[in-house]
Amino acid sequence: MPLSTALPPAETGTAEPVRLLSPEGQLVHSALSEEYLPVIEALPDERLEDFHRQMVLMRRWDIEAGNLQRQGQLALWIPSHGQEAAQVGSAFAAKPQDHVFPAYREHVVGKIRGLDPVRIMAILRGIDHGGWDPRETGNFHIYVLVIGAQSLHATGYAMGIGLDGASGTGDPDRDEAVLVYFGDGATSQGDVNEAMIFAASYQTPQVFFLQNNHWAISVPVERQSRTPLYLRAAGFGIPTTQIDGNDVLASYAVTQSALDAARSGAGPRFIEALTYRMGAHTSSDDPTKYRENEELAYWGARDPITRMEAFLRGRGASESYFRALAVEAEEFAADIRTRTLALQPPPRERLFRHAYTDAHPLVDEQRAWLERYEAGYGDAAAPDTGAAPAEDGAGA
Amino acid sequence: MAASEFPLPDVGEGLTEAEIVAWKVQPGDSVTVNQVLVEIETAKSLVELPSPFAGTVQELLVDEGATVEVGTPIIRVASAGGSVELQATATDESDFVAPMDTREHPVAGAPGFLGEGGAAERALDSGERPEPTLVGYGTRAQVATRRRRPDAVRPDAVRPDAAAPAAPAARSSTIPVALASPVIAKPPIRKLAKDLDVDLAAITGTGLAGEITRDDVIRQAQQASVFRNLETPEWGDEREERIPVKGVRKAIAKAMVHSAFSAPHVSVFSDVNATRTMEFVQRLKASPTFAGVRVSPLLVMAKAIMWAVRRNPTVNSTWTDKEIVVHHYVNLGIAAATPRGLIVPNIKDAQELSLLQLAQALEQLTLTARDGKATPADMAGGTITITNLGSFGMDTGTPILNPGEVAIVALGAIKQKPWVIDGEVRPAYVTTVGASFDHRVVDGDVASRFTADLASVLEEPALLLD
Repeated sequence: MPLSTALPPAETGTAEPVRLLSPEGQLVHSALSEEYLPVIEALPDERLEDFHRQMVLMRRWDIEAGNLQRQGQLALWIPSHGQEAAQVGSAFAAKPQDHVFPAYREHVVGKIRGLDPVRIMAILRGIDHGGWDPRETGNFHIYVLVIGAQSLHATGYAMGIGLDGASGTGDPDRDEAVLVYFGDGATSQGDVNEAMIFAASYQTPQVFFLQNNHWAISVPVERQSRTPLYLRAAGFGIPTTQIDGNDVLASYAVTQSALDAARSGAGPRFIEALTYRMGAHTSSDDPTKYRENEELAYWGARDPITRMEAFLRGRGASESYFRALAVEAEEFAADIRTRTLALQPPPRERLFRHAYTDAHPLVDEQRAWLERYEAGYGDAAAPDTGAAPAEDGAGA
Repeated sequence: MAASEFPLPDVGEGLTEAEIVAWKVQPGDSVTVNQVLVEIETAKSLVELPSPFAGTVQELLVDEGATVEVGTPIIRVASAGGSVELQATATDESDFVAPMDTREHPVAGAPGFLGEGGAAERALDSGERPEPTLVGYGTRAQVATRRRRPDAVRPDAVRPDAAAPAAPAARSSTIPVALASPVIAKPPIRKLAKDLDVDLAAITGTGLAGEITRDDVIRQAQQASVFRNLETPEWGDEREERIPVKGVRKAIAKAMVHSAFSAPHVSVFSDVNATRTMEFVQRLKASPTFAGVRVSPLLVMAKAIMWAVRRNPTVNSTWTDKEIVVHHYVNLGIAAATPRGLIVPNIKDAQELSLLQLAQALEQLTLTARDGKATPADMAGGTITITNLGSFGMDTGTPILNPGEVAIVALGAIKQKPWVIDGEVRPAYVTTVGASFDHRVVDGDVASRFTADLASVLEEPALLLD
């Protein structure tokens, strides 16, 4: 019965995960939380509101993009509903000099790092392969659709940081680290395991951030692992922590601590954020075929946004903050809709431009062939204006 | 007042059509962006479509219960603004549909391409399905069904250290792999055999190391199916079953009716002793040049058609009411049974291919059709077609022309039968060549000469050297 996997960790035989904020929105004082609570207590109200704000904006984006897919304006949408806390908290924990390697569901992480949301919409509209320059997107690296492959990219990059001596210098404002995201399904891939082996061998400055959303499309996590996933990292010799992934404060504080350790030269860290994919795997998936309503209800009662809102209200956040945010969310969604609909297919030339850094005879030949081929359609062919805004990175 | 139409979107990566289940709005209603307009049912599930426009519903363009193709406009909405599509309308939050929230809005479709560990599951789900028989791919080869002795040369008998049964290193490398284990087959092949209810121990593998190949399993399953058909399934509970006519079935019906009622068909048959064809096929199979390539009597028939077409050009033509277009090339169609139904992809300019190239082209076409990947271009522009009824064990048939063509050849099963040679009855590999023609173009004499030419090549493949 898949239900059991997604029930509280206590029922799957693991220790309590680190939780700073209860589902009711109260700070949790426990032996586990004491280490992290001072970090939260030191945060200004604006930062706490920003946690909440980014989660709300992300959820509104999710709804708009889902609708656009149903309206035929996106080929696909990948919802992150339910996973906002894990993503937002960890994203805020990274410093500007850190490098972030996403899978393909970390939309809000990209947004927080400075990626224009429409760059992601362009991929899912089918007019862009998602190539962007991480130097222009807050070191947020490209989306990787090959499951778990980004963990190797991240480890390789982190090895590079180590070889450059760009971590462990003792200067926390300069030391770099890598934060890599992946899901429970990816832990079954060789790539993720190999990445951990090399990370441990080279003591790379990196944090493995696992969002265990309990479902690899239709395969429940229990079928992939008989042991809690965070324990696997211990087997590789990587210090590891399990957190309540629907608690944005825990996600922030624990990731910050792990990144600090990595930057300081203490080697890699592993975090398993227990969360839940409330929606479909993608717009092409129908989760009602494989999971139960009770499970959904269980996790619905542990919603990351609801508890953060309760926490903020308990601290006396003003009604005007929530009202302004509701307006902002609508404007944000409307802006995404407008700019997504305005996206144009990139010029044909772009196919060839980045194949090699220099001119290449084979590419020239292929370009000429394609031009002849397209010309073969005569006037019926759509004119290739070459003036599309997707010139180099749609809508950038 | 500008009006916009909403074309039915593909809501699930590759869906081609959907049924309109229930309209949630009526003409005259005003709608906002993202308000639910309609509930549709795709091949996978029920989906609600949110409005891309704000405005007033002018007309519902498709009735409830109708199935329409992706891209068909389903509703017209009038708006005061210009391009409503680009007008982002912020509306009351309650109006927003959250289609990803599956409690209310089950979403459609096949598993996404974004794997997340689902790859293995998909492989189980789709990759190892019983494969379709391709009409036109190979008369069934004679297969030895001798049961392998299960204890034939057990490794214990030759292991240097028989006391180490689990040590793989103990297995001497000099033992032929095929003999070292009762059954050698890759896991997907074992899965296929399980799905097809085939006993691997009953198969003699034809792989390089004696391993059982996919073809071996399929062949065995087909042989078994002759007997399995004797089992009579129960009727369903309902008195009648209604199967909607759509997709490939609809296209097949249209093509068949068009062909059968516009082209007057005439069919002729010729029995032939194909023993030399069978020998020729065996020699090709054994030759290094054809190593790894599927060779079957179909290949000989395909080559025979190219030869016979040169001698009887009008069978390779098209009737246009004003003129008969005789083609000086052969786009050779192969009728293929696929899970989606009959399709007829063709090999372009088959006349230019060597025997080896033709064999490779037939194999490629088989694989493409089997995987359901034949494109409209693959199926367009055929000039003459073969249907391989022999793969179903049939002796011959009266095929219906592929529309646009004037001849279709049926290759029947090649079986050992009594045959009179020099006044004596002897066993021979015999088949019946059948062919149908468009009688508007092809008269009885040409039809007969063409069919006799085909028969003569099966009788004596050396004629291809001509």
